[in-house]
Amino acid sequence: MNHGEHRTNWELIKNGIFKENILFRMAISLCPAIAVTNSLKNGTLMGISVLFVQVMVNITISALRKFINPKIRIPIYMLVIAGWVSAIDMTLAAYAREAYKEIGLYIQLIVAFASILARAESFASKNKFVPSMSDGIGMGIGFLLAMIIISFFRELLGKGALFGFPIVAGKPLLIMILPAGGFFAFGILMGFFNWIDIRFFGGKGASGAG
Amino acid sequence: MAVEKKTHPLIVSVSPHIKGEESVSRIMWTVNLALLPSFLMSLYYFGPRALFVTALCVITAVLSEYIFQKSLKKKITLSDGSAFLTGLLLGMNLPPSLPFYIPIAGSFMAIVITKQLFGGLGYNIFNPALIGRAFLLISWPKAMTIWKEPTAVFATLDAKTTATPLGILKEEGLGKLLEVFGDKANLYTQLLIGNRAGSLGETSVIALLLGAAFLLYRGYITWHIPFSFLGTVALVAWVFGGKGALFTGDPIIHLLSGGLILGAFFMATDYVTCPTIRKGQIIFGIGCGAITMLIRLKGGYPEGVMFAILLMNCFAPLIDRGVKTDLFGATKGQKK
Repeated sequence: MNHGEHRTNWELIKNGIFKENILFRMAISLCPAIAVTNSLKNGTLMGISVLFVQVMVNITISALRKFINPKIRIPIYMLVIAGWVSAIDMTLAAYAREAYKEIGLYIQLIVAFASILARAESFASKNKFVPSMSDGIGMGIGFLLAMIIISFFRELLGKGALFGFPIVAGKPLLIMILPAGGFFAFGILMGFFNWIDIRFFGGKGASGAG
Repeated sequence: MAVEKKTHPLIVSVSPHIKGEESVSRIMWTVNLALLPSFLMSLYYFGPRALFVTALCVITAVLSEYIFQKSLKKKITLSDGSAFLTGLLLGMNLPPSLPFYIPIAGSFMAIVITKQLFGGLGYNIFNPALIGRAFLLISWPKAMTIWKEPTAVFATLDAKTTATPLGILKEEGLGKLLEVFGDKANLYTQLLIGNRAGSLGETSVIALLLGAAFLLYRGYITWHIPFSFLGTVALVAWVFGGKGALFTGDPIIHLLSGGLILGAFFMATDYVTCPTIRKGQIIFGIGCGAITMLIRLKGGYPEGVMFAILLMNCFAPLIDRGVKTDLFGATKGQKK
């Protein structure tokens, strides 16, 4: 039951940010990493939404873990996830309308994120409230940071801007804001983080099987 | 052979024992040589710009391969000529008037991302030169579609800007094309000798065919891919290329214009990225031709050879698997 008991909360958060980073290490939930990272604003907003949903889903599932019948746990997880996604969806639709027009569809797609269901199933359903929250925070921040890094490079190279403010004149590399450029940016960054892992931490690099 | 025997007097190996003179570097340098006529024609038509763009591509390709292999402590394989060939092919696929950083970026993309990151020569899924060009076309769509009118030897740098024959055909139709070139006979002649706007190395069909004939004669390429490619293009152009009625299209314009000849003989036949079995090569060629014509007739770009070859590149392993013949003597149950 107490899978994460021997790990402190800080270790759980670090684990989510580095060792099991959703995008660069686990290589899951790649759809938003390609689709909404063409501008730093959208990428950051998406990252924050996922962070919120991840934390809320983790603590909800953890709090309810004793009441959920294992036989129907996946539908219940989905209901919880869908509930929190609806909450963030409506919030964004009300308070960030311009951005919502662009990324609204992907906000709703958070329901189907592998990473959120995976953490609910493999961590939150077996652990206490506080470790589950830490795990959610770690995973969410890891995702947020990855989104910021990818969209930083894509917007800078593709539009010559950051947060919509022009930095470089013209459009240096138009392909970077197109979907193909998303794959390039993601692949190269993933390779870079693998290199760091292998070179400085003695890791094996991500297998990318996700 | 004789030398080999002396150094290994007791070598034992499975038959056959005939050792050919061919090697990767020999083939690659021969292909480079076969591209020489079209390179000279590009110099004739586009002047120093042609030399500038092509040289930039070749130098960047060779340098980036060297730096990549050096920094990863791999064996340096510059002498096999494949990086040189990639640079040369990329250069021939670019329009004459480009700022200096575009060929550099394209060559880097071709060598480092498309070839070396996938494991070097023999492991790349896509044709490096074409990926380089696709990358450039998508990144700098404006600069990559400024075509210069060919002029006499060593013309001034500010030659007139114009559209390619395929561009005119797509935007304004056959009538306008005939208006520009006079009559059909003149149009065919100009296309054949390459006196038209286009990428550096693609314009002169005669020079390209000369190089291709040399490669065919040496047996470095076979007829399967190029001819099924060209045949499909001609057939589709004839059936669907006309306005209104079927079977009224003009296959010759489609055969002679664009990068078709360059693509069919020099790019689609790249050993690494095409199927290895003959039957598969024919399927590959037909697929290339069909996609090319689909893009030319219905797509957003006037020319589709590049995307056609790249798309078929991903199918090459699948085609090979599909047409693999049974082992000799194998019965149905043993197929695998």
